Amino acid sequence: MWQKEYEAMDRAELKALQSKRLRETIERVYNNVAPYRAKMVEMGVKPEHIKSVDDLHLLPFTCKQDLRDNYPYGLFATPLSDVVRIHATSGTTGKQTVVGYTRDDLKVWGNVMARTFAAGGVTKDDIAHVSYGYGLFTGGLGAHGGAETIGCTTVPVSTGNTKRQIQILQDFGCTFICCTPSYALIMAETMAEMGVDPASLKLKVGFFGAEPWTESMRRDIENKLKIQTRDIYGLSEMIGPGVSFECGSHCGLHVNEDHFIPEIIDPDTGEVLPEGEQGELVFTCVTKQAMPLIRYRTRDITRLHYEKCTCGRTLVRMEKTVGRSDDMLIIRGVNVFPSQIETVLLSFAEVAPYYQIVVDRINNADKLEVQLELGENKYPDSVSELEALRGSIGRAIESAIGISVKVTIAEPKTLPRFEGKAKHVVDKRVLY
Amino acid sequence: MFIDQISVFLANQTGRLADVTEVLAAEKVDIRAMSLAETEEYGVLRMIVDDPTRAVEKLRQAGVAVRVTPVIAARFDDEPGAMAKVLKTLNDACISVTYAYAFISPVGGGAAAVLRTNDCGRAAAVLTEKGIELMKAEDIHK
Repeated sequence: MWQKEYEAMDRAELKALQSKRLRETIERVYNNVAPYRAKMVEMGVKPEHIKSVDDLHLLPFTCKQDLRDNYPYGLFATPLSDVVRIHATSGTTGKQTVVGYTRDDLKVWGNVMARTFAAGGVTKDDIAHVSYGYGLFTGGLGAHGGAETIGCTTVPVSTGNTKRQIQILQDFGCTFICCTPSYALIMAETMAEMGVDPASLKLKVGFFGAEPWTESMRRDIENKLKIQTRDIYGLSEMIGPGVSFECGSHCGLHVNEDHFIPEIIDPDTGEVLPEGEQGELVFTCVTKQAMPLIRYRTRDITRLHYEKCTCGRTLVRMEKTVGRSDDMLIIRGVNVFPSQIETVLLSFAEVAPYYQIVVDRINNADKLEVQLELGENKYPDSVSELEALRGSIGRAIESAIGISVKVTIAEPKTLPRFEGKAKHVVDKRVLY
Repeated sequence: MFIDQISVFLANQTGRLADVTEVLAAEKVDIRAMSLAETEEYGVLRMIVDDPTRAVEKLRQAGVAVRVTPVIAARFDDEPGAMAKVLKTLNDACISVTYAYAFISPVGGGAAAVLRTNDCGRAAAVLTEKGIELMKAEDIHK
């Protein structure tokens, strides 16, 4: 463990620490961040009402829209002169959202990412291959900071040019990699094309995140790249990667809750749900200096487990997120998470891990189509076998999500590949 | 006894079939027999070629979904009842035919039919027992 004193802290002590940090944060936010002060005044909440983490529910929520409304620096709690770094998220659905870091924030970030890597067995003797994008995106520099904090030899490869990446893995002897899970599979595919045997590489472990992935995808990566895998989770609004991480027990992701306090709420009512229930994950930053967000709604759906882990950490574990409350598709009135479809697809040995979900509305009826590719040498030589396969995939998806689906088999390498976040869903419906 | 059939999965799009045959033409691979099964969205092209190894390699390089399946090809005289005899023999042995297509035999004259059945080994045995000639790989492949 990188910081055992926090990662395995007695839970009562941890609660006291969280409560102290929360009180300080609320005090600072109330005094320095006008939009939060306005919200709290409106709700009749004063800093003195917040005595411990049990009072979190009294505080207002923060949504992505709040960041857009206060673009770019409106939610900063420190003067800009104390801010040493800016990151931003892609503005795919509107204005970019901007986040800032003080020097202390960067130190915290380095440490939470160091915890992440150390939980995968990384030490200062390791060589890091960081192929998350470097730039405004938090992935590249976040992973980079963690690797340097441990003292690893850190290679800032960034994204793109897969063949060159493989060359670097071979020549530099990188022992661990950080990238999106779908990019790991692209790498495996490219290695096969180049005739590079993954077992000949020094790679031991990979840290994958920034997009949802399934257990079957994990097995696929482990088998193809001959490495161990660790799931990582983060969001730039909190800090970037490093919010939670997986240990060798593979039983959920440990939340760095001495910095980010999680809650699970009902996404419709905003009510806090009892321990162990599934709902929307909400975080409150209690150590961030530049931009401490209060009760930030992640839109990610998961549940929390508070029992001590076999690895010795006491940090709460969040389950792999099952989808996002906002990328959840409502098709013919039924809630569908793309990850449910992916799980089914990857359970078929014939199916390659590239697929696209297309939703359309034809004659006022929603149509769901899943386009997929088969693996090399997996395309049957007869129409009857192809139709039988299509039928069984379709029925398996239907039984998982409860609505009918059209399955289309595409030629190999014709569906889009993604180096960054995979965009598996194309929603052609015009609903507004 | 078995010959190698290559099958190709193709999106049902104008020109896709031509793309594939173009690859084989450029490599001077001779197509001895072919059949195409189509649906609204895709087709399966099956071929017997003189050099299956080379054909598969080049098609795969061109990004085409290829698969090799061992099939049997029966040779018989081009006369009424010859095909019926082959199929009756299989039917009597309770072997069902998944698909079949005929071509002109490149050796020994007469006709030939590629037969993919639910049990290729047993199909080969019962046909041979009934005196029906099966083409050998060397009759067709280089």
